[in-house]
Amino acid sequence: MSPRQKKRLVLVVLLLVGLSAATALALKAFNENMMFFFSPTEIKAGKAPSGQDIRLGGLVVEGSVRREVGNLTVLFDLTDNNDVITVSYNGILPDLFREGQGIIARGQLNETGGVTAVEVLAKHDENYMPPEVSDALAASEGEQS
Amino acid sequence: MIPEIGHAALILAFCFAVIQALIPLAGAQLGKTRWIHLASPVARGQLFFIGIAYCCLTYSFLVNDFSVRYVASTSNTQLPLIYKISGVWGAHEGSLLLWAFLLSAWTVVVSIFSSSIPKIMLARVISVMGMVSVGFISFMLFTSNPFIRLFPAPVDGRSLNPLLQDFGLAIHPPMLYMGYVGFSVAFAFAIAAMIDGKLDSAWARWVRPWTNIAWVFMTLGIALGSWWAYYELGWGGWWFWDPVENASLMPWLVGTALIHSLAVTEKRAAFKSWTVLLAIFSFSLSLLGTFLVRSGVLTSVHAFATDPARGVFILVFLVIVVGGSLVLFAWRATALRSVGQFSIVSRETGLLFNNVILVTMAGTVLLGTLYPLVLDALGVGKISVGPPYFNQVMLYLAVPLYTLMGLGLFLRWKKDSVSRLQSKVVIPFAMALMAGILLPLLLAPEQSGLTFIGLISASWVALAALLWLINSTQSPFKLPASTWGAVIAHIGMAVTVTGITLTSVYSHEKDVALAPDESYQVGDYDFKLISVKEIRRDNYIAYQGVVEASENGQHLVLMYPEKRTYNQSSMPMTEAAIDAGLFRDLFVALGEPLGEGSWSLRIYHKPFVRWIWLGALLMALGGLLAAMDKRYRRFKGNKEARS
Repeated sequence: MSPRQKKRLVLVVLLLVGLSAATALALKAFNENMMFFFSPTEIKAGKAPSGQDIRLGGLVVEGSVRREVGNLTVLFDLTDNNDVITVSYNGILPDLFREGQGIIARGQLNETGGVTAVEVLAKHDENYMPPEVSDALAASEGEQS
Repeated sequence: MIPEIGHAALILAFCFAVIQALIPLAGAQLGKTRWIHLASPVARGQLFFIGIAYCCLTYSFLVNDFSVRYVASTSNTQLPLIYKISGVWGAHEGSLLLWAFLLSAWTVVVSIFSSSIPKIMLARVISVMGMVSVGFISFMLFTSNPFIRLFPAPVDGRSLNPLLQDFGLAIHPPMLYMGYVGFSVAFAFAIAAMIDGKLDSAWARWVRPWTNIAWVFMTLGIALGSWWAYYELGWGGWWFWDPVENASLMPWLVGTALIHSLAVTEKRAAFKSWTVLLAIFSFSLSLLGTFLVRSGVLTSVHAFATDPARGVFILVFLVIVVGGSLVLFAWRATALRSVGQFSIVSRETGLLFNNVILVTMAGTVLLGTLYPLVLDALGVGKISVGPPYFNQVMLYLAVPLYTLMGLGLFLRWKKDSVSRLQSKVVIPFAMALMAGILLPLLLAPEQSGLTFIGLISASWVALAALLWLINSTQSPFKLPASTWGAVIAHIGMAVTVTGITLTSVYSHEKDVALAPDESYQVGDYDFKLISVKEIRRDNYIAYQGVVEASENGQHLVLMYPEKRTYNQSSMPMTEAAIDAGLFRDLFVALGEPLGEGSWSLRIYHKPFVRWIWLGALLMALGGLLAAMDKRYRRFKGNKEARS
């Protein structure tokens, strides 16, 4: 091997080692932080894992929003027009959160069979429905008919 | 009538674009001087007609012509003038028109500042830009025409989301587009060089200022978007790893790599094929970014099921651009032989690794952004990856990147020795270690590993840049503008990293319930809710809170957070009160009424958050200085003197 080829080889090997390390780290981080989406029906059916973050989407049931007195905890029900899951959240709800709206909650299953949310998302558009929610609604309609 | 004129002008612009894409290139291949000379006039013709189309659409917005479907769906009579003008690029169709208009304008500007470029090269460049133009204008004409009429015309248009009625957001898309479109210049030069089969340092000198300017616009556009999200969305965050944000970050990362790779191509005649590849990818990612954000694919990949024409067009367009240029690359890249050799310890190697890291960063962002979309489109499942993925990966990659940012400056071109490098970097490195460890220990209430990593990195990058400037043999004021540009841009990065680190680690964020005259303490600051009353303004009504902030018991400022409801909209909107400062922001937002006069409030104390955007401004300034370096102009002057 000429000295020039040797230099190239060293460079290429260094790059490959660096790149594979980066890829391994990225994939590991990807796997650890992947979150699956579930509809209320799927959660009721026990498809969601406990002890890890999941995303849950549905419509906020009319008249289901209730607050605890003296703190910021709020409870509400989410439905895909088939099953209902109770979500509890401690904090300020987004501007667009209201009854009848489609929203997405991120959090974990709790002992009561509901979800304790750490984040509630309602998109900033009057006519917008999170695509996961509209799909989940369509799916539950399909099952009923 | 006016919309029809606009439509006709768009069709004429399309015809000009087709001529621009074919004739000068054919002329360059066949050696027909007349055809080559057609390049500039035909580009101007295209700009003229697309300018008319753009003015017609703006006019329709100004006179509230709701018989135009696009106007009816994005504007209404109540909208203030400035948001009617910015409404033009408020949605898909108009954004495409703005894109095509800016592309055409860039082409003409390139043709004006081209006296140093051989006519045959220029003809090829302008033809390639014409091809991109053909793509965009036909996309509009065939699938997303902004001039389509609506019958019957509604009395009033749809309301523009009040969130979007904001100056920062109004100028954010054009800034970003200037960047996206600007990368098309580098792309066109790269394609032209491959057709030509020659890529020398003169070529790099033509491309560098254009790439720098595009990068400056992108930097500013991204910073504006982040700043807007911070003060307007009411969440107090400055980056959410939302696909919309990622779409602009990817071309920026690859563009940053391109800027550095171009330096090697100019100075050392190396990295030629790599530079060409980066130019192709930064532009392809710009296209991807435009389409991701504006085509509706993010809201729902299934939007394409109802309107397949758009999706198919975008896919075909991307395949032609990426596939076509890669085929050309495979065929011609061997002609671009890199003659400059370098040893393992050299500035070239430093820049090579910097490039690889930047591209890997872009790749990880791409994975996290597109993979969930692909899975969803295939119907496999709905997943998402949250900010933790991006934060984790970026941290791993950023540390070696910052290390290289400092080392690279001290490395010599071609061949250097480890011992010489050591003697140069030992002082800045020791200083950075001290600064990064002592400052948080002495000044901060608590420390975390992240504080040290972030501050050591930032001080290392900044100190290395400063010492490099001071150590250089010339007086700093005689150094070329590009040297100053590099130093300022590197320091800007350090300032941004400092801001990111300190904001992430030391921010206090709290949602609290407060009754009038109750207060809540965050760090040294005390927030007392005085009252919440209803106020009325021209186009909205609001609850306005009065919050007194005090520092260590001393009255500091009265803050007025609002919860607004705009007339056209039933949707409430949080208007946070921010007391901004160089070293900390205080941030108060109104939540909801909890009964008996008490409210939920969101209270933030964010140290050094302004540094994030201040650093971006410095980076942009650095890029601008580098683009204005005398040697790009001197070259031009010489050529003119000769001819």
